Amino acid sequence: MEKINRFIDIAVIVLIPVALFYAFIYAPIEKEMGVIQKIFYFHVSSAWIAFFAFFITFLCSILFLATNNYLFDDIAESSSEIGIIFCTIVLITGPIWAKPVWGVWWTWDPRLTTTLILWFIYIGYIMLRKFVEEYDKRAKFSAALGIIGFIDVPIVFLSIRWWRTIHPNVLQQGGGGLHPDMKTALIVGVIAFTFLYISMLIKRTKLAYLFRRLENLKSSQGV
Amino acid sequence: MKYFKTIFNIVEKDIILELKAKEVINSMLIFALLVVIVFSFIFEPGADYKIDIAAGILWMAIIFSGILGLNKSMMNEVNGGNLTALLLAPIDRSAIFFGKTFSNFVFLLFMELITIPIYTIFYDISLLNNFIYNLITLLLGTYGFSLLGTLFSIISVKSRTREVMLPILLLPLIIPLILAAIQAMNIFIKGEDIVESYKWLHLLTAFDIIFTVVIYLIFEYVIEE
Repeated sequence: MEKINRFIDIAVIVLIPVALFYAFIYAPIEKEMGVIQKIFYFHVSSAWIAFFAFFITFLCSILFLATNNYLFDDIAESSSEIGIIFCTIVLITGPIWAKPVWGVWWTWDPRLTTTLILWFIYIGYIMLRKFVEEYDKRAKFSAALGIIGFIDVPIVFLSIRWWRTIHPNVLQQGGGGLHPDMKTALIVGVIAFTFLYISMLIKRTKLAYLFRRLENLKSSQGV
Repeated sequence: MKYFKTIFNIVEKDIILELKAKEVINSMLIFALLVVIVFSFIFEPGADYKIDIAAGILWMAIIFSGILGLNKSMMNEVNGGNLTALLLAPIDRSAIFFGKTFSNFVFLLFMELITIPIYTIFYDISLLNNFIYNLITLLLGTYGFSLLGTLFSIISVKSRTREVMLPILLLPLIIPLILAAIQAMNIFIKGEDIVESYKWLHLLTAFDIIFTVVIYLIFEYVIEE
């Protein structure tokens, strides 16, 4: 485990500068949007990590309820926190990009709105963890929220897409035609961020595991 | 059969208790009416566009007073240790959950039964045009709300912040439900093509079924005493 951890850390240190190189130097500058389009590589990579992290929380919540192994609870907790960080990055980089390109900071597009609601669901998840004292209740309650919250996300997306089709969306993004070099830069960015996520997850899970052991020791010693 | 009898007994107990104390329904009812009144200051008296937002205001009244009622109803269970006693009883734990869900459902419906006629008078809106459809929307929306609301009121009552936790956990999760219920009712109130509303009714039905099944599956593992 220690070896894998070190390997991933080194991979992150190498991959992040590579991703920066691909995004800023290798990929061509977009004709219409200009330099601002560069944020796209970090925005999309962060969005991918946010969804992936919440999926891991969902998966570990199910595994925890099924096995009652607290390691899964540690992973679920750690992954949700990392997910919130990347979800926040998505919500900050999005408007920075949208303002010069679309002319508005925010639009009630299904993807934007779903990401915002996702952020609220997992902020609730983290708050719940902070405010439930007994560790077994905390683990079980947050597992329930981790499962229900994740199942809710596609329903939220669907409902908002139907809602927006009633009021046609003028600011639809012209997706699709990405320059091949841009696509490469995006793929490199996603890979680098995925390694960053794994590295952070291992460290945070270790911390959660140690913290839980410390709490157990304290309660067994009657401190 | 025993499963449904447990559900029925819990609902019966809650109704008898509520008939005596009248705490949950009364506070919900007054709060719902207050929301209806306060929200009417959004627009000019007699403005045309009020028909566009009237359904939204009704649902805000239901949701906010519902959250108040759910908290109150669960606090009644926890004070005096009734919830603990129920969970220790040799009965299916998810039956306890669905019992609480149905009694909250009944309380909410009762609150709506009184709020809605008053609301239609204040806003000069008729829900009788597509009465059956409006009724279906209300039933589906209220059931879904009491379903997730009951689960998260059990959870939030055990947290340090208690009442504050319920809306924070519940509101983002029920956004599809609120959206679908408002959009469907908008169509019925404005007398638009009913076919347009089917997708919203389907969404509400799917929401209710999905979360009934999910909670049925996980409740046993989540709530232990």
